Amino acid sequence: MSAPRDKLGRPIVVVTGMGVVTSLGAGKTDNWTRLTAGESGIRTVTRFPIDGLKTNMAGTVDFVTVEPFSSTGLTERLAAMATEEALEQADIGGKADFPGPLFLAVAPVEVEWPQRLELGRAVGRTEFDYGDMLHVSGGGRFTAYHRRFMFGSVASYLAEKFGTKGSPISLSTACASGATAIQLGVEAIRRGEADAALCVGADGSVNPEAMVRFSLLSALSTQNDPPRAASKPFSKNRDGFVMAEGAGAMVLESYESAMARGAKILGVVAGCGELTDSFHRTRSSPDGKPIIGCMRKTLADAGLEPEQIDHINAHGTATPENDKMEYNTTAVVFGDHLPKIPVSSNKSMVGHTISAAGAVEAVFSLLTLEHQRIPPTINYEIPDPSILFDVVGNTARDAKVTAVMSNSFGFGGQNASLILTREPL
Amino acid sequence: MTEPKSAGAKEVWITGIGIVSSLGEGLDAHWDALNEKKINVDDKRFAPHIVHPLAPVSFDAQIPKKGDQRQMEAWQRIGTYAAGLALDSAGVKGNKEILARMDMIVAAGGGERDIAVDAAILNADAKGNSGPGFLNERLMNDLRPTLFLAQLSNLLAGNIAIVHGVCGTSRTFMGEEAASIDAARIALARIESGQSDIALVGAAHNGERMDLLILYEFGDFNLTDKFAPVWQREDKSGFALGSAGCFLVLESREHAEARGAKPYAKLTKVVADLAQRKQPGAVTRSLEALWPKLGVGNSGSLITGATGAEPVTSDEKAFLRQHPGFAIRATGTMFGHTLETQFPLGLALAALSISRGALFPPNDPTGLEVEKADSPDQIVVVGAGHWQGEGMALVEAIK
Repeated sequence: MSAPRDKLGRPIVVVTGMGVVTSLGAGKTDNWTRLTAGESGIRTVTRFPIDGLKTNMAGTVDFVTVEPFSSTGLTERLAAMATEEALEQADIGGKADFPGPLFLAVAPVEVEWPQRLELGRAVGRTEFDYGDMLHVSGGGRFTAYHRRFMFGSVASYLAEKFGTKGSPISLSTACASGATAIQLGVEAIRRGEADAALCVGADGSVNPEAMVRFSLLSALSTQNDPPRAASKPFSKNRDGFVMAEGAGAMVLESYESAMARGAKILGVVAGCGELTDSFHRTRSSPDGKPIIGCMRKTLADAGLEPEQIDHINAHGTATPENDKMEYNTTAVVFGDHLPKIPVSSNKSMVGHTISAAGAVEAVFSLLTLEHQRIPPTINYEIPDPSILFDVVGNTARDAKVTAVMSNSFGFGGQNASLILTREPL
Repeated sequence: MTEPKSAGAKEVWITGIGIVSSLGEGLDAHWDALNEKKINVDDKRFAPHIVHPLAPVSFDAQIPKKGDQRQMEAWQRIGTYAAGLALDSAGVKGNKEILARMDMIVAAGGGERDIAVDAAILNADAKGNSGPGFLNERLMNDLRPTLFLAQLSNLLAGNIAIVHGVCGTSRTFMGEEAASIDAARIALARIESGQSDIALVGAAHNGERMDLLILYEFGDFNLTDKFAPVWQREDKSGFALGSAGCFLVLESREHAEARGAKPYAKLTKVVADLAQRKQPGAVTRSLEALWPKLGVGNSGSLITGATGAEPVTSDEKAFLRQHPGFAIRATGTMFGHTLETQFPLGLALAALSISRGALFPPNDPTGLEVEKADSPDQIVVVGAGHWQGEGMALVEAIK
């Protein structure tokens, strides 16, 4: 028998393991229970002082702690937790011997304030500049911070811990990063370079400066009270996204290789697509063409017609611009079929896990296919009359779901979409 | 991980090269500088640290809108500029049809700080003037709102899309030296397999940053006091950060021929690995394991991004000594260490050397680098990251 191929003659890429951590909890079971119950993981930040911040809530993962604390350290821990769950489910390779490459979506790394303050205090004076700090940086006192704040450090840790093969790739396509990590894995398997790939998205970067940066761009919701009601995708009174932490991990394999080892197949990554918007650093092209093109490329890559999509896991950040643009572009792509597609945004409950979002939402999309149940978009009390999606508002909905489109759009004109199915179509 | 090339793999040409560095901008300026053995270091500005500062550049030539320039920190400007040079060199600048479907893989760092804002906060903290909300208030009041995007890693690609219109796909790889080895590896694999026809690949680095010097000083990686060529740093190891941007246009032979593009060379192989550097000689073994995948003979030319930091440079030297038939050139001596940019720079200089029919002269008093008289038809490019990541590529003349 010839190897199973997709409509374009490429190896079919299936998912055989998944793991997830969000502010709702660790693991698929906890997350799915809470997600479909419409619970929110958004809470007032307690990790650091919130005085003076316009936005003081986030979807922090407070049940995971790392010592000494750094956002990069937390990211690493979250990525490892999600990966452990995915590998346990996939039951692939030996211990610390994953038989394929690692693609990791991760936030850009930099020295953080606790460490910068520590360095400043090490100068031992009250008037000093960066040059004085440079003077006390060497000599072994801060050696661990070199590795900690290398961009490749999280991937390096995961590659060693899980024994992935080759050079691990750390990537950022802003809010689309998690989807891009999956796309890189799919492409490697389609090229025949690998039979399996580990694709992870992780983000633990709720810290003061990160919140301030998004705040200064007026991107965050300021509806702090109550925190659980802050993230309102597709609502008329939405006012921004809510920063959040989490990780999603997927073991991808060629269908052939998964079948050969008798692995349980959780779903298929039927298509991926991306298209860059060159209009503006943070805003979408007003005609929406890059997003429309991204979704159409993804449908073409999956060999599917718009009518074959029966659920959209929306980017749905709850910023005024994103949700409006997402509706307008989706309406162009799906036309008359759009009213028949239930749409939901996981970000109403877990917040925007930024670099992890594409991976976290791909895991939730596959759980939706598994359970034939669509998680709700909570806080959907005042629908935006200009957004005519069939929003799965406030309570989960049972539905026949065969193919899910998961969308991710990010700063820097990054657009990426995935199509996930239960079976090869 | 790299399998033998599948039958039907497309030949990939390097049809565009853009370089800006401490030695100048453009191919002629770099070729002349390399032949004159020019080195441009500044040992005063960050004394005792040494850097290779960016040569004077008129950014307007590639980034015409001042508004765009203001939205970028230095590394983004350097990269956007070099990307423009590469597109010009490939003859695709302004070709909307091609740019709209061009892939882009950028290897990026990022994180440029507002040094003055940081210093004010740190000084207040040292004076005990920092209550619980102090950091938040200072950041809310003092950070420029545009700084975030100007230092955000994927916004180098974003700016290249905005300024030059490269908007097929856009991926940013991170992770120091290895990021650009992987960028070249993935771009090559995508074109070879027909997943893509044409790609812009490269990186940019601003080495004149106090915050970066601090980051590398944590690990005692910086070269201080006195400049020495990379191979002559055995007594006092370290790298001198360099400012540079380098981008390449890679495309399938069919695509290049169909539009009548003139190639510099072809990119035949890119391989990479991650050694766990826990035992002495791990990098030597990693490079030795990659070497046979290139399929080269016993002699030829080799351009390395060796950093001058230890122990990796000694490990790499041990590897190089096992291939005595190769004429070696270390870009670190002339350009400094440009992190993500070092590997594309090696690829660019390999392609340039092949297209000019000569390897540029050695610049090494230790004798590791030797003269090479004949015209190179194969050049190996090697990269071993200062703390992790190893890779190599083969650049060849087009027959």
